[in-house]
Amino acid sequence: MPINYYLFLSLALFTIGMVGVLTRRNAIIIFMCIELMLNAVNLLLVAFSKMHHLKNLALNASVGTDGQLFVFFIMVVAAAEVSVGLAIIVMMYRNIHSVDIQFLNRLKH
Amino acid sequence: MTPYIFWFLSVWALFSALMMVTSRNPVYSVLWLISTFFAISGHYILLNAQFLAVVNIIVYAGAIMVLFLFVIMLMNLNKETEPQKNRWLKLVGALAGGCLLLVLVAALKDAELKSQQAMVGAGSIGLIKVLGKELFTRYVVPFEISSLLFLSAMVGAAVIGKKEITHQNS
Repeated sequence: MPINYYLFLSLALFTIGMVGVLTRRNAIIIFMCIELMLNAVNLLLVAFSKMHHLKNLALNASVGTDGQLFVFFIMVVAAAEVSVGLAIIVMMYRNIHSVDIQFLNRLKH
Repeated sequence: MTPYIFWFLSVWALFSALMMVTSRNPVYSVLWLISTFFAISGHYILLNAQFLAVVNIIVYAGAIMVLFLFVIMLMNLNKETEPQKNRWLKLVGALAGGCLLLVLVAALKDAELKSQQAMVGAGSIGLIKVLGKELFTRYVVPFEISSLLFLSAMVGAAVIGKKEITHQNS
């Protein structure tokens, strides 16, 4: 497949996540939109790694593994980020009984 | 055959992502996001990145999304309590996102890599054997550091999530 198609698909997914962050007020859904943006970047990294692999196949048989390992590490960081972020959201819900970001814009209560 | 699978998976991913952003009920949002992750895993399989496809399903659809579902059900969020922005803010947000997409596509459509191809359905770099060998030789230090990251995230989540006992005693 031409790399252009993957580029535009990832851009569209990233933009959808961005629009979600801008238009929703529920903190959990904003968090999910950030996950969607991370996944769009992951898809583009894998596509680029395969492009690089096809281009430099003659030089080195295992070229392109770096991109896929970066995707693996992004997933690791995302898992850690989600656990801490959801703990923070639960704590905020316990304090103000809402996940509306409109009430959270001062970072104090 | 491959272009049809690509278009099918792309339409599936974009539709699920749009439904995720637009659906009112947070539980439906989580389910649409899981559907998006399955479509992206399909893309990984199409690109022959089988390790990442499996990890994507296990970690994202299996662990992270279940965590989201737990939190949403713990808070008892439903349609009535879902806060809404006013219509103009939503319109401006969608417009800003559309402008971003337009600018990025316009900037990248004549990029130098236009004629490059992504290898589909072949190549062995996505297999567990190759990636595992690389992960435990050249990338062993970041791998160990990521285990430290997990430890600190676990401790952090436990510390943030626990109730304030000192506050009740005083």
